[in-house]
Amino acid sequence: MRYVRKFGLFFLLMSVFHSLWLAPPVSAQEAAVKASEPEVIAPTIEQRLAGLEAYIGNGDPTAKNEKGEPAAGVTTATMGIAGPGHNAWLMISTALVLFMTLPGLALFYGGLVRKKNVLSVVAQCFGCAGLVTILWVICGYSIVFGEHPADGPTNPFPWLIGDMKHLFMNGVTSAPDTGYCYWISENVFAMFQMMFAIITPALIVGAIAERMKYSAIMLFILLWMFVVYFPLAHMVWGFDGLMNGVWNGGASIRAIDFAGGTVVHMSSGWSALVLCLLLGPRKGFGKTAMPPHSMVMCSIGTGMLWVGWYGFNAGSALAADGIAANAFTTTTIAAAVASFIWPLIEYIRNGKPSILGFCSGAVAGLVVVTPACGFITVQGALIIGVAAGVVPYLFCTVVKKIFKYDDALDTFGVHAAGGTLGALMTGFLATPSVNANLVGSYAKANGLDKVLENRTLWIEQLKAMGLTIALSVVATLVITGLVSVLVGLRPTAENEDVGLDLSEHGEAGYEFY
Amino acid sequence: MKKIEAIVRHFKLEDVKNALTEKGIVGMTVSEVRGFGRQKGHTEIYRGSEYAIDFVPKVKIEVICKDDDLDSVVNTIVESAKTGRIGDGKVFVSDIVNVIRIRTGESDEAAL
Repeated sequence: MRYVRKFGLFFLLMSVFHSLWLAPPVSAQEAAVKASEPEVIAPTIEQRLAGLEAYIGNGDPTAKNEKGEPAAGVTTATMGIAGPGHNAWLMISTALVLFMTLPGLALFYGGLVRKKNVLSVVAQCFGCAGLVTILWVICGYSIVFGEHPADGPTNPFPWLIGDMKHLFMNGVTSAPDTGYCYWISENVFAMFQMMFAIITPALIVGAIAERMKYSAIMLFILLWMFVVYFPLAHMVWGFDGLMNGVWNGGASIRAIDFAGGTVVHMSSGWSALVLCLLLGPRKGFGKTAMPPHSMVMCSIGTGMLWVGWYGFNAGSALAADGIAANAFTTTTIAAAVASFIWPLIEYIRNGKPSILGFCSGAVAGLVVVTPACGFITVQGALIIGVAAGVVPYLFCTVVKKIFKYDDALDTFGVHAAGGTLGALMTGFLATPSVNANLVGSYAKANGLDKVLENRTLWIEQLKAMGLTIALSVVATLVITGLVSVLVGLRPTAENEDVGLDLSEHGEAGYEFY
Repeated sequence: MKKIEAIVRHFKLEDVKNALTEKGIVGMTVSEVRGFGRQKGHTEIYRGSEYAIDFVPKVKIEVICKDDDLDSVVNTIVESAKTGRIGDGKVFVSDIVNVIRIRTGESDEAAL
């Protein structure tokens, strides 16, 4: 782990250097040059038809010769352009995932804090959106998804970070990057993935709500993105990623994560726990009442999260295909079942099913099904829904009470517990019958197909989970220490009493006159 | 003149208002208040955390009337706000020194 951490810091420095001196001009002509390339050989009707069929089946549109090899010099009309249907779905999905953070998460968390801190949560969500977008454009996208050239990687850790060719979105155009998907414009792909990078640090905010300085949060997130998120996202989804079992033929950990159980929920959840322990509880925690100030706002936010999650999960198919349809279905079922089970347990234990129970159950179901949704059947989704209603419930009520940590809005209880549970259950429930990529050429190359056959995928999942937890915990310890020294973590006791809305942002959430 | 301040249950507000209007009372002020008496508070549970809510929400009705009308107004409020269970509220009566209608400058009972 020391190795990873050291490298993260090294990378931070490197990226600063890059951003200072290597700002490359964004080449707008690239797509035009491609289009104006002289057509050497006219494609045959078969090649043109195959290109269209590739669009329907989300396959490779490259024109092939009789031997099935790429035909040199042959260009069809469907090569190098985005497919309208797939692209439309991904643009909608991108907007849906943004909708999860703004205003979904802002309202969900905003309703759960006290009245005097509602705006601070909104500001933290907005801050994530802006800050992460800047990082993503400068170098984040390149770190996560920059493909190393075929003749050898450009850094000694291709399994950890990508090639720097996309700094400042250089070369990212409306043409698809066929290394990741055949029919999605690369700029849309970059924006879609950016929304994941935005919501992940925004989730952490839940554990430390009502008691951390805004400057400290922003600095923490800036460092955390470089040390935890970007490398982790590359390892799980990057072309050369260490744990990308489905798409990296050379992956040494053959784990699978459809939409971000490890990358998004485990990383944010475990980091949130460490940060909340280092930060300490809210002033008066356990002595004074801190009930949610608006359950109406919270339930509206939950509904938005649920709707947005369709973009998150079904959009992660990176196509409007059967895998997306399956993910859409399993997501719905898991969320609905968990949203019923959680308040059902409350009803049995306390006699009253609470609105917060419905909301927490829905979010827990969505979290747990995230890594699994594109790999499991409807029956699998039912099992996940039940587990998601029980396990995170126990973490938020029983475990939290025993250890007395102030995970204010239950980021650890829902996202870490749920994400970890989901990553593990994916290991048991994933089946190639709904997703042929699990036994595709990459999976055959790295042995994922054998792992599935021998029913030992859960061991690979455990490795990925262990690495994710270790990276999140260690990195958060170091970053929090650094932030504490540089700007300090907590507001003054007086400011905390007044509330962060007034003391940090100079505004009140509710004005009466 | 007297001021009658009645702390009543939310759902009794409409009944009290109608009963008072029938008695010829032409004005009142209503506000949302919180407090406790012998009813004490209640508990709320959020994800397993129990909070004792000491201050129970109630409605406060303020009515000003002539000295002669006092008994009838108080009786009307008590009758219309009563459920017979703990938590029905209280009525407070106090003296009013003067009343001025802003529009015309009329004072005392003429301003009621």
